[in-house]
Amino acid sequence: MNALMDIWTVFWRDWVVLKRRLTKFILSRMVAPMLYLVAFGWGLGRSIEVSSGTYLDFLVPGILALNSMNISFNSITPVHAERIYHKSLEEYLIAPIWPPAFVIGKVLAAVLRGLISSALIVVLALLFGAHIAFSPLFLAVLVLNCIIFAEIGFLAAMKISTYEEMGQVNTYILLPMSFLCGTFFSTHALPAAVRIFIELLPLTHTSYLLRGLGTGTAVSSLSLLVLLAYALFCFVWGCRAFSQLRR
Amino acid sequence: MQPMMELEALTKRFRHKDPEGKAAWKTAVDGLTLSVERGEVFGLLGPNGAGKTTTIRMLTLLMEPTSGRILYDGREAAAHAQAVKQIIGVVPQHVNFDQDLTVRENLELHARLHHMDRAAREARIRQLLDYVGMKRRLLIVRALIHRPRVLFLDEPTVALDPQVRRRIWSLVRKMKAAGVTVFLTTHYIEEAEALCDRVAMLAGGHLVDLDTPAHFCEKMGLSTLEDVFLALTGKKVTP
Repeated sequence: MNALMDIWTVFWRDWVVLKRRLTKFILSRMVAPMLYLVAFGWGLGRSIEVSSGTYLDFLVPGILALNSMNISFNSITPVHAERIYHKSLEEYLIAPIWPPAFVIGKVLAAVLRGLISSALIVVLALLFGAHIAFSPLFLAVLVLNCIIFAEIGFLAAMKISTYEEMGQVNTYILLPMSFLCGTFFSTHALPAAVRIFIELLPLTHTSYLLRGLGTGTAVSSLSLLVLLAYALFCFVWGCRAFSQLRR
Repeated sequence: MQPMMELEALTKRFRHKDPEGKAAWKTAVDGLTLSVERGEVFGLLGPNGAGKTTTIRMLTLLMEPTSGRILYDGREAAAHAQAVKQIIGVVPQHVNFDQDLTVRENLELHARLHHMDRAAREARIRQLLDYVGMKRRLLIVRALIHRPRVLFLDEPTVALDPQVRRRIWSLVRKMKAAGVTVFLTTHYIEEAEALCDRVAMLAGGHLVDLDTPAHFCEKMGLSTLEDVFLALTGKKVTP
């Protein structure tokens, strides 16, 4: 019972902050998807042919995957400043809470932000004339993607010492994944060796699953297993990193 | 009676780089052994780098000791971390409020983290907010929300004007009168003299001596605790 209360308390803190900034959050999250949809959907997309439907239909699941990745990751990175600069993380370390509750509460808050942002993209995409088939599994994959990248953001916040290095995670990890993991084009076009590497990354499997489910084509349960394994592994590692702060 | 806290050979070593850039170990606290009685105001004095804050961080479970033991009420702190965290309140040296929350939300977060129900936390926040006005005092208010039995104050009056300092002293005395054990570190010798029942002098991570302020002066033939402090910590202590 206390564990649930602890999770709620950690989530409550982020919810209070999000509520206060909700309008700004929504407006700022509309900019990037709008640009992607206009540039790649309307502009470039009209000259691209894909096997099923329009390029816009092909593109929207990819944008959902990369946007939910970015938002979930970046929503949790302020924990880094709480740890290194403001030291407000000590408030949680001193409190008699169940330690994984901190990880779960923070990840859930980041998932919420990722989902709000995804909902905005869906609305915009429908306005742009995209066709997407929604299902509970589609939503589950989206949630799983948010969980994985929130956990990776949490890990970065626990392990990295400076703001500069936090920025490097975006540059060297998230940015390449944004473009290479089947978001804007099919990975089948890539050389085999590159494709093997790309298929080790979680965003690739999110893109495969969302695109398959969104366009009504077959999906691989292996991709779902890969995402589940990432989520579990990063959660365990995150809990461990949090407990190691006392060293 | 069982002491409130016992420190047994408490040691903390940090890995760092020496001036030549080679990995080396620095001993911040070296075999510290002492006990703090129930309801006493206990002061930890020492120059910069003596190990005061590291000691408090270990006692408040923010940092694991390299070796040694900490006992609360005779029970090992490491094995009963949740129980220990329920009875301690901590006023850190730095102002570590959550920058994204209001003062009231910060206090509410603290109360929630200590599992206080809505009625209890609202009543307690209302009661304690009477004290406030400045961030430092707010840190103290936050540490008191869940009615701790042991209160840690790490340099509680550093950079405060004399009036505010006196108000914090008065609060510490009220805590003692209410039976709270207080463990404080300070640079201000007169503060330790005015507040503490017993004082431990720390230098280079070592416990140099431990006694009541009056007994320190008496046994060393000095008139103030400041003279005692200088005489004891001014000596070169070999780590």
